[in-house]
Amino acid sequence: MMEQLRDFISYFESSALADNIRENDVLFPLIESLHVVSICLVVGSIFAVDLRLLGLASTDRSVSRVMNGTLPLTWTAFAVAVASGSLLFISNATKYLGNGYFDAKILLICAAGLNMAMFHALSAKDLPRWENDTRLPLPARLAGGLSILLWVGVVACGRWIGFTMEVR
Amino acid sequence: MIDLGLSEFCKWLAATSLSQTIQTTGWIIPALQTIHILSVAVVFSSAILVDLRIWRLLERDVPLPEVAHRFLPAIWPVLLILLMTGSLLIVGEPRRSLLNSTFYLKMALLAVAIMLTAGLQRSISSSPNSWDKDRGRRLAARFAATASIALWCGILFAGRWIAYTQTG
Repeated sequence: MMEQLRDFISYFESSALADNIRENDVLFPLIESLHVVSICLVVGSIFAVDLRLLGLASTDRSVSRVMNGTLPLTWTAFAVAVASGSLLFISNATKYLGNGYFDAKILLICAAGLNMAMFHALSAKDLPRWENDTRLPLPARLAGGLSILLWVGVVACGRWIGFTMEVR
Repeated sequence: MIDLGLSEFCKWLAATSLSQTIQTTGWIIPALQTIHILSVAVVFSSAILVDLRIWRLLERDVPLPEVAHRFLPAIWPVLLILLMTGSLLIVGEPRRSLLNSTFYLKMALLAVAIMLTAGLQRSISSSPNSWDKDRGRRLAARFAATASIALWCGILFAGRWIAYTQTG
């Protein structure tokens, strides 16, 4: 299983596309910039929802209105972040896989996704009952706080990858 | 001549005890960059959410002044955090930015983006009516929103490019 995954990854790493990203002086920073732009939009738009869950912002609007207003941007930016991140990854896959901060970043993104999925699953039934309140039930506040911490962790790991890995 | 003076200034700045501390404590620069990027995420997303509302791509059912009032005021205190973390990053590695034309491009774009955002915030709050109905106002707002998206993206791209255009 691990063997096959490694073969799969090295297939992409030795592709012409990966070669180009690795060797081209403009392509790598260009994709990296796109990655930063999209991550900033993901994190910033998610913080707007998290601050509402914590009762610190947009308290005059219901939780679902805040979510509906920002989540289209979150998901679009997330798609761009995954696409650009994948391109950066295949350009140096072996080095990224050997970097602990890269593993941590992926785990934290999964944890943030799980946190969001759990919030939706747990709150789906009685959201309409309390979503207009300023002070939300404890699980909702916990989900908001946890989300902020996880995304701060994602950004920190992303930055630390750059300081612990020689890319070129 | 100017370059020489600036170069001397960088040398002096790099020799200060604050700069020495930043240079010799490995985690300070990635930590500052993490706070810097998280703050960029807040400022950038706030501006973009309003720009996308002007283009009627998000929160169509909410009046523009309400959206602007929710997101734009947050930009100004967070810009102060950006100024502080950015200044400390310069103190830690003066030559990286002060002898780098990409850094000055970023600052120029930032100056224009600040004026545009402040102008937009002022004109929306001082005359909140008919931003969606009046043709002239709608066009002016869309022009400003497009410029804002281009400027903030330019700032983020320039920020990433600073790392690739260092003179050493």
